Formats: sequence, C-alpha cells, structure tokens
Amino acid sequence: MAETKKTSSQLVINGLLAENPIFRLALSMCPAVGISTTIMNGLLLGIAVLFVQVASSCTIAAIKDYIHPRIRIPTYTLTIATWVTVIDLVLAAYMPVAYKAMGIFVKLIVAFAIITMRLETFAAKNRVGPSFWDGIGMGLGFMFAMMTLGFVRELLGAGTLFGHDILGFRPLLFFVLPAAGFFCVGFMMAIFNYMEIVFKRVKHKKVQG
Amino acid sequence: MKDLRRYYFFACMLLIWGMLLAGCATEHRFINKVKFKGTNSIIVTFAGPVEDGWAKNISNYAAYEKPDPDIRLKIARVSLSPDKRTVTLTFEDELNQQQAHILSVKDIISEGKSQGTAFLTVKKLYFGYLFSILIGAMIIGNFVFTKYLGLCVFFGTSQKKTTAIGMGITFTIVIVFASMMSWFLYQFVLKPFRLDFLQIVVFIGLVSLSVQAVDTILRKVNPALFKAFGVYLVLVIANCIVIAVPLLLADNEYNAWESLMLAIGAGLGFLIALFLMSCVRERLEISNVPHTYRGLPIAFIVAGLFALAFMGFSGMVIF
Repeated sequence: MAETKKTSSQLVINGLLAENPIFRLALSMCPAVGISTTIMNGLLLGIAVLFVQVASSCTIAAIKDYIHPRIRIPTYTLTIATWVTVIDLVLAAYMPVAYKAMGIFVKLIVAFAIITMRLETFAAKNRVGPSFWDGIGMGLGFMFAMMTLGFVRELLGAGTLFGHDILGFRPLLFFVLPAAGFFCVGFMMAIFNYMEIVFKRVKHKKVQG
Repeated sequence: MKDLRRYYFFACMLLIWGMLLAGCATEHRFINKVKFKGTNSIIVTFAGPVEDGWAKNISNYAAYEKPDPDIRLKIARVSLSPDKRTVTLTFEDELNQQQAHILSVKDIISEGKSQGTAFLTVKKLYFGYLFSILIGAMIIGNFVFTKYLGLCVFFGTSQKKTTAIGMGITFTIVIVFASMMSWFLYQFVLKPFRLDFLQIVVFIGLVSLSVQAVDTILRKVNPALFKAFGVYLVLVIANCIVIAVPLLLADNEYNAWESLMLAIGAGLGFLIALFLMSCVRERLEISNVPHTYRGLPIAFIVAGLFALAFMGFSGMVIF
C-alpha cells in the first residue's frame, strides 16, 4: 500500500483545484445541475457532502484492516448510507425550509460517485489523519464548485446573492430556469479547459525561453 | 427450455400475488365501488341496501384530498338511489380529480346492523391514472431532462447508439426489479415496524443486491443476452435514478400498480434520453467543435437544449 506523503494543506488544495470533483473529475453532476440555482443551496448541500465525505473517509480509514477485500464495495456503500441517514435526519429536524428546497438530493448523496471513489482510491490505503484532510479537501472542492455555480446563476438569473438584492434588476432571467444548469456547467467546464490550455502555453514558453 | 418456462411462470405468479395483496388491502368489505361523477360528485355503491335515515345524514360522511387531511371538503347534499344501494354525494366546490381523495363513511347501517366505519380512496379512472403516471415519468417529468438525475451514467454511456440502447434496456430491467422489491419491503416491513428512517440504508443495499441478482440470473438463463448487456450492469449501481425511484415511491405512498408504472416510466424515460443524446453525439464527433468545448462541455450544452425542449411538456395533463 502506497501511503501518501502529502501534507494536510496539499491534500486540501488538491481537492479544491487539481482534483475538483465537479469541474475536473466530472463526478456527481446531478446536484451541480439540479439545485445550484442559489448560492445558499450550494452551501448547504456542500456542507452535507463535506460531512458525509469526512465521516465516511475516517470510518473506512479506521476499520480498513478488518474489511475483507471481496466485500469492500458493499461496506463502503453501507457506511455512506449510514452517514447520509444521519445528516438527512439532522437537516430535516433543524433546517426544514432549506431541506425542502434541496428535495431528494440530500438522500441521493448516497449515490454520489465522488464519495465512493475517494474511499476506494484514498481512504482504503491511508491512515485516519490524511484521510480526514482528503475528505475535507474533496468536500470543500465540491462546496466551492456548487457555490461558484450558485453564484453565477443567482447573480445573473435573479440579481441577488444569498437572497439580498445586489443588482436591482435581472440581467438574464434564463439562468434561474432549471434547464440553464446544463449550460452553466458546460460553460464552466469550457472555462476550466481554456485556463488549462493558457496555463500550459505559458509554461511551455517559460521552458523554451 | 422447460426450466425457463417454469421460471417465467413462477415470476408471474409472484407478481400477480403481490398485486392482489396490494389491491385488497384498502377496500372495505361492505362497499363495492367508489368513483367520481361529473365535476363535483362522488358515487358510493354498497354491497347491500342501507338504511334511509343513516344514508341521508350528511354528518356521516367526511372527505378530503389525500395530501391535506385537515381541509375537509364541504358536502352540499346526499341522495340515495331507489334500490338503496347507491349514494351520490354532491360537493359545494369542484373536486380536483388529479388528486386521490379519501372518503370516510361512519358506522354504515344496513338492515339494522352496523357494518363499521370505512375509509375509502377515490381515484380517477384507474387505467387512465396509471397511464398518466407512466407518461409522466417517461416524458413530462423525464428523470434526466427535468429532474436532473443519473447524469454521470447518462454522459458516460451516450457516445454511441448501440451502447445507449444496451444501457437503457439493462437499466429498465434492473429498475423495475429493484423498485418493486423495495416497494414491497417498504410497505410490509419498514412501515409496519416504524423503521422508515432506515430507508436509505435498506434501499441502497437492496439495489446492489438486485443488480447482483439480475447479473446471476441472466448469466444462467440467457448467456447470449448476458454477453450483450452484462457490462452495463455494474454501471447501473452508480446511477442515482435507481435509488431515487424507491425513495419517491416511499414518499408518495404509491401502491403496487402505480409503483410498477413509475419504475417502467423512469426506465423508458432514461432509454429515450440516452437514445436522443447518442444520436446528437454521434454527429458531434464529426463536426468542428471549438477546442475548449470538445467532449463533455458541448455534451452539457446539448443536454441543456434538450432540457429546454422537454420544458415544453411541463404542465401537460393526460386524462
């Protein structure tokens, strides 16, 4: 087993940018399209995902020596399902309004590919400490992506941020429509691709010069 | 071949038994039929003649829409047919017949004997209602384009038409299987024992199990089919529709037929979405797309256009 040598800050930065779950790994797209209409939704679902990712990463990292390799995937799934149940009940009890706005997506965290993937590729090979920071990084990366989408869509669609009126008018009402989620994610990915190309070009020039 | 037939027979019997169980559970033994009539009345047909004085007393009846039990609908008048078997309830306002209504009939008295209180579910023409659930899940509320679920698998398997069709068919089979099983478990185990909070854990376990079961059965029963569709089975678990449908069934308290229709609708809807998308993406392959948009970004924008088109269906009502 190859344990990671990265420090905690490197792990967090890795999750935020280099391996951003939505824009780079292109995993768990459903919530990115479905409920990123406001920045608040993005923040709340981000917190929920962060909690589930960190909790299940730590759990798996702690008990990985006792899991038979043959049944590891079902074990991951059940661990995630348990933590999702916890956050689902907590949100339903303490934040009923926001919970209603997010609808079925809180329960669907259980099917997000990103969490299972991180358990399989990272938590199953590392100790609790690094797994914790990796979970934080991935959760923050997801939250960052969701909030970026929410920011763009809320500002352009409704002219507000966190429900406060910022612009005073609605530049592009189209962006609050649910269908605009697809466009928004598409544009964002293209921007990330473009940034990568520019970045490479700059690096190339530096090498030559 | 004989073995195969026995399998089918067994599966059919199981299915029919389940449906009968579901159909009989809610009805009261003394009431034959309840249905809507016109825009604002409900007809109740009893198995035997009922007492005049009891039947004409408005306070014996109470009706409400299934989602809001607190709002009682006002009954304007009650009339009894000459053979004393049919009661027509006329309401003051028009009934919203898209909703299921609950009608409670207190202490039915027939020929001097009490037959107990009945709680009846009134629904529109049943096959029409089932059909509207099917079309609703398939097109009007398409899970991919209007509910934004199952996108990872959707974008992963929509590059070629053959892959898209294979994935769609496999998915439909698995989802029908998985959601009928989870419906059964929810109605007969989780609900009676007040274990609703275990929904997520139980459903995800059940979905993985049924994928495994379909895998094993298909491998033995029809190896040719397995060879064609086996690859897609693993991907089905990663699809959130397959876990969303059981959760929706549990939330909406659907019965067996309605659950079956929703599951088939969700599966076929996914198949339609995959097929449409793969047709476009095959063409995108040979067209000149800007470099930064190649691959996923352009696919997302095409999906957005599809979603806009599917918005045209919203608010459509069948029957």
